[in-house]
Amino acid sequence: MTESALPAQGSLAPSRTPPRRSFAAFAWRRFRSNHIAMLSAAILIALALSALLAPVIAPHDPNKVSIFRSHERPSADHWLGTDENGRDELSRLLFGARISMSVGIVAMAIGLTIGVVIGSLAGYFGGFVDAFLMRLTDAMLAIPYFFLILIVVAVYGSSVGNLILVIGLSSWMAIARIVRSEVIRLKGQEFVIAAESIGVSSGRILARHIVPHAVPSIIVAATLGIANAILLESALSYLGVGVRPPDASWGNMLSNSQAYLWNNPLLPIYPGVLIFVSVLAFNFLGDALRDSLDPHLKN
Amino acid sequence: MGAYALRRVIQAIVLLFVVSIVTFFLIHQAPGGPAMLANPDLTQEQVAEMSAELQLDDPIVVQYGRWLGHALRGDLGNSYNAIEPVTAVIADRLPNTVILAMASIAVSVLLGIPLGVVSALKRNSVLDRAVAGFCFMGTSVPVFWLGIMLIVLFSVRLDVLPSGGMSTIGEDFSIKDRLVHLILPTLVLAIGNLAELTRYTRSGMITILQEDYIRTARAKGLREVRVVLAHGLRNGLIPVVTVLGIMIPRAMGGAAITETVFSWPGIGRLAVESATSRDYPVVLGATLTVAFVTIVFTFLTDLLYGVLDPRVQVG
Repeated sequence: MTESALPAQGSLAPSRTPPRRSFAAFAWRRFRSNHIAMLSAAILIALALSALLAPVIAPHDPNKVSIFRSHERPSADHWLGTDENGRDELSRLLFGARISMSVGIVAMAIGLTIGVVIGSLAGYFGGFVDAFLMRLTDAMLAIPYFFLILIVVAVYGSSVGNLILVIGLSSWMAIARIVRSEVIRLKGQEFVIAAESIGVSSGRILARHIVPHAVPSIIVAATLGIANAILLESALSYLGVGVRPPDASWGNMLSNSQAYLWNNPLLPIYPGVLIFVSVLAFNFLGDALRDSLDPHLKN
Repeated sequence: MGAYALRRVIQAIVLLFVVSIVTFFLIHQAPGGPAMLANPDLTQEQVAEMSAELQLDDPIVVQYGRWLGHALRGDLGNSYNAIEPVTAVIADRLPNTVILAMASIAVSVLLGIPLGVVSALKRNSVLDRAVAGFCFMGTSVPVFWLGIMLIVLFSVRLDVLPSGGMSTIGEDFSIKDRLVHLILPTLVLAIGNLAELTRYTRSGMITILQEDYIRTARAKGLREVRVVLAHGLRNGLIPVVTVLGIMIPRAMGGAAITETVFSWPGIGRLAVESATSRDYPVVLGATLTVAFVTIVFTFLTDLLYGVLDPRVQVG
């Protein structure tokens, strides 16, 4: 050991123990330095707040028709103008945000739950259970489930509840695969074997010792899942089998506007920009979370 | 290889059965029956008569058995709305979807692979970043909105491209007219796949260009073009085959949206229309056709994977 490796005695003591930082604090530090991700988070918070507060902040009743005021240009009264039925565009966008956000988040929660359960059962028990569940997952990925969703909402009605359910039921496959591979990776590790050897039940090992390790990847998949659910809902509403008029959804506003492209080309821009921006923001957020929660995965 | 192929064929057949059962039960359990029976002009007796004629009063398992028996002999029944055999309706629409899907896949491949290669070679350059940004946008943009915006720009504002349809109504058939109508739908349908393919090609090439055999090829004095194309791209393309496998199903599924935006008379739009009007036989036929095409192409790419990469043990 050389002289230079030993710092001066006096300055050593205070800096000896670096401040303890939790995993979350490290992740937050990495995340904070990503400006696009911070901007995305800010946009999403703003969108979520305006969706929550829509009844309070909307300047007009979103469904109030006034035939004599259709296709008005933006004005002090109607900030973004009016649609083909003279309804206030801004108010409809705000109420549409409620649909998009709630469908996105709740559908993702359903898909997440199914995915975590299927993935952890398949990964932990292996063998026949694994083979069966993974064939099921493959089958779900191989069938054109967009068509099945389409049929379900077209013939069984497309209440928001139904939309959430079918989107959730068809979006668990990616999460199941991620969780399965995490579980397989972890189940051979000493702490799991130790827990098994003292007789901890399988359910408890999964819930307490294995799944928590997969949380970072699950958060990433969930964020990207919300983006997908928002896109899916707006696509279905655009096709006329999603949220029914007169209720506003960004998707059905877009499809209404297509009939008036020649006299009001502004109309399709607003809902489309909102869908695009929120999906983009969730995708950026997902990517940034991947980088900050798991630095090994970078690129 | 033979045993593997056989097992996959059996799996594919089972999958088609499952799709047919799920679709059949979903559509036949729908409350209210076919939409045409909800016509308020029909009397009670007429509705009963029509239901009897369509044999909708039998137990659903019996109905499925009957449908399957006919389907296995290539008879998918008659469309309720068009009073035409379902096979004829599908044969009418499917080629249009195939044209659109093939054109969009061609665009994705012809643009995506070069863009991915160039990005990998010029890593972290301005071009690479621009391409990465474009890819990110391409996977997030709602395609129906992109379609509408392109219509606003090229049809409404500039008036250089048609806003929809396959050909100009009332005009004689001409290749040029068809191509002009194909441009916008092709671009819109291609965007997602193009973005994905570019990303895969880039990351595949970056991995390959760090391999020892690339260094060897350079060391023995091969020209860079030959190193990149003959040694790099050939191996870098292997993961790209996986993307091709998901591109076709996606083009078929995405067709429902793109075809609606551009009033393109394909099978995706047929599925939307028949689901909305509860034209049971057509819904089943369209869904099965799409499932069939999807499964066949997934199977083919899996086989191709084994052929291209000798390290992959298929089976």
